[in-house]
Amino acid sequence: MTPLDTLHTAADSLKTVVASKTQDTGWIMHHILDSRELDFPPFGVIHLPEIHLFGMDLSITKHLVFIWLAVIVLSFFLIRAAKAYKKSRVPKGFNNVLEVLIVFVRDEIARPTIGKGFERFLPYLLTVFFFILTANFMGLLPYSSTSTSNISVTVALALISFVVTQVGGMMKNGAFGYFRGLIPHGIPAWLLPIMIVVELLGLFTKPFALAVRLFANMTAGHIVIMALLGLIFILRTYFVVPVSISFALFIYLLEILVALIQAYIFTMLSSLFIGMAVHQEH
Amino acid sequence: MDYAYLAAGFGAALTVIGGAFGIGKLASSAMEASGRQPESAGDIRTSMIIAAALIEGISLFALVICILLALK
Repeated sequence: MTPLDTLHTAADSLKTVVASKTQDTGWIMHHILDSRELDFPPFGVIHLPEIHLFGMDLSITKHLVFIWLAVIVLSFFLIRAAKAYKKSRVPKGFNNVLEVLIVFVRDEIARPTIGKGFERFLPYLLTVFFFILTANFMGLLPYSSTSTSNISVTVALALISFVVTQVGGMMKNGAFGYFRGLIPHGIPAWLLPIMIVVELLGLFTKPFALAVRLFANMTAGHIVIMALLGLIFILRTYFVVPVSISFALFIYLLEILVALIQAYIFTMLSSLFIGMAVHQEH
Repeated sequence: MDYAYLAAGFGAALTVIGGAFGIGKLASSAMEASGRQPESAGDIRTSMIIAAALIEGISLFALVICILLALK
């Protein structure tokens, strides 16, 4: 057989293997993707309402419910901490933990990267950090789903970062001065057209990278856990159970670390971009 | 004659090679630098984690494309 024939038969057998396995592994996608119902496997299913407004599909989905849950949990704890701050500046209990995180964001993320005038952007950076942290952590609980593993959610967060960066830069340097400041000084004139294109493209790739990085990290972690646990169902033997569960547990612990790191990276890069837009010293 | 799955597999493997190589090099120089000057180990660790997350972000771009290929 020619090499192409072997490749064809390899591809065909791959296809049949995958096709027969989609009955076994369709549930992986079911857990990762968004859905219109909240699923509690042995107990039941809650169907979420479908809402169509102005020709757009605004129905409530699982990820949206978990965004709202993250917002409710976050508002409760942060408003409680803020109220306790009015009584005494020394926090106690869980407020202490929140203060450690807030001081971390202020001193390690906002101040070194934005420099002077970082206080104006601190509320946004804190919001984004705590929201991504909470949403990522909530995905690790049973019966829940990670709202940041939806590309729409991460694109929305990156878009808001983009808007904050541009508006912050334009308010500091003036609308036209901001675009002029994108291009570094002291470059030869023939390089100018290329530099304009490169800098404008760079303006848009940075939020795109933010969105895809967060989305891919969250989704990939969950897919790996599901795939490892699904090995039990695919191989259908008891001997793979301890191996599979210990690997899945290790990846689960790694997921916790990745949730923290991704929240930190998103906030750090957002504040880096804000710093570069506000203080344009090339 | 569906090569999408094959392409997805090859793509994912090549991406992992590139990402692992980059992060391995990064980690080795971070270890070396911490060994030379132990008091800056905290700063080095922070920068290492940031750089590792950025490199991992790149390899996850390719992973997303491979997943799109495999799901088509």
